[in-house]
Amino acid sequence: MAKGIREIRRRIKSVKNTRQITKAMKMVAAAKLRRNQEKAEAARPYADKIQEVIASIAGGTTGSKHPMLQSRPVKKTGYIVITSDRGLAGGYNGNMIRTVIQTINEKHKSKDEYGIFVIGRKGRDFFTKRNYPVIDEATGIENPAFADIKKIASAAVQLFADEQIDELYLCYNKFQSAISQVPTIKRVLPLEAPESSNGRTTNYEYEPNAEEVLADLLPKYAETLVYSAMLEAKASEEGSRMTAMGNATDNATDMIGRYTLIYNRARQAAITQEISEIVSGANAQA
Amino acid sequence: MSKMTVEVVTPERVLFSGEASMVIARGVQGDLGILPNHMPMVTPLKIAPVRIKTEGDKELVMAVSGGFMEVRGDKVTILAETAERPEDIDPSRAKAAKERAEQRLNEKHPDLDLRRAERALQRAITRLQVTNK
Repeated sequence: MAKGIREIRRRIKSVKNTRQITKAMKMVAAAKLRRNQEKAEAARPYADKIQEVIASIAGGTTGSKHPMLQSRPVKKTGYIVITSDRGLAGGYNGNMIRTVIQTINEKHKSKDEYGIFVIGRKGRDFFTKRNYPVIDEATGIENPAFADIKKIASAAVQLFADEQIDELYLCYNKFQSAISQVPTIKRVLPLEAPESSNGRTTNYEYEPNAEEVLADLLPKYAETLVYSAMLEAKASEEGSRMTAMGNATDNATDMIGRYTLIYNRARQAAITQEISEIVSGANAQA
Repeated sequence: MSKMTVEVVTPERVLFSGEASMVIARGVQGDLGILPNHMPMVTPLKIAPVRIKTEGDKELVMAVSGGFMEVRGDKVTILAETAERPEDIDPSRAKAAKERAEQRLNEKHPDLDLRRAERALQRAITRLQVTNK
């Protein structure tokens, strides 16, 4: 019996340690979530402005012929998949990858029909291990800076411009709230000319001309879309991790409660037994 | 003296937002001086310093790359991939970057990405110009 008690005590201690870690991770995730949300907020003016200008150009010059706005027959599709570098984030990576695989299986028959740009170590490991056609990868992006994302985003945009791929999709966890993230697949290219949000368009003078300004802006716009998706995905990751670690902490607390009950019972049983042994010993002598 | 609102925005933050009497930037077709009540205009910018004249003839300089400028009414918006104030720039790093880029351009390596190297050089030069003001 005594051995059983020691065993249980050790389990309680170990679970307590685990709980401490998960609790700390939850708190870190919460802090990072806030920071990432602020970052996403800070990126908004830039994205809004670009969108506004493009809307007014695309709306002003009727039937813009820029290739990034034209759909063409799709021979090859590109996917930018955003995953995390670190695990312990609940279903964050699993859900994302599953959604991507499902879409790919539905839409494509062979591996020649698509290519994957993967961001994040988890996704990279998954796709390279299973021999998916990975075109480019970026890992180790803890605090996404625009420069980090620009490299992979402009590579993807360039492939589209060179007609190596005819469509580009962005796959990321859309941030809904700290407890809800939705894997989303969104088309980036060809761009849909954004509608001007407030309905009014300004007649700009373009230097050198509207077409060239558009040609300069559209790739930037596409890169911005990728960047804001990345920021959103980062916020989702921390949100997901926060929830997962919160659950883990709760589970650990439950477990400690159960073990403590068992421990106390065992302790009491041991004491009772000892007493009855003493009593019966004394009785035998009398 | 009339005023206009100027904003310099990068994907990461709003670098500058305030009143100014004049903005001087280098567009793809040459230098532009924007005064209040300029007609609406959009132009991409070269990698170059942008100067903003604020109240009391103070002048703000920043190194801007990959940007464009929108002028509308009394509002000038500069959107840029990167924009840095002189105090954010490390001159020794910019100098090293400049030398590296020059070296790369001089070597004429067959698989050199010429445009990229030139842009890197331009960025480094711009940064140095801004810090030397």
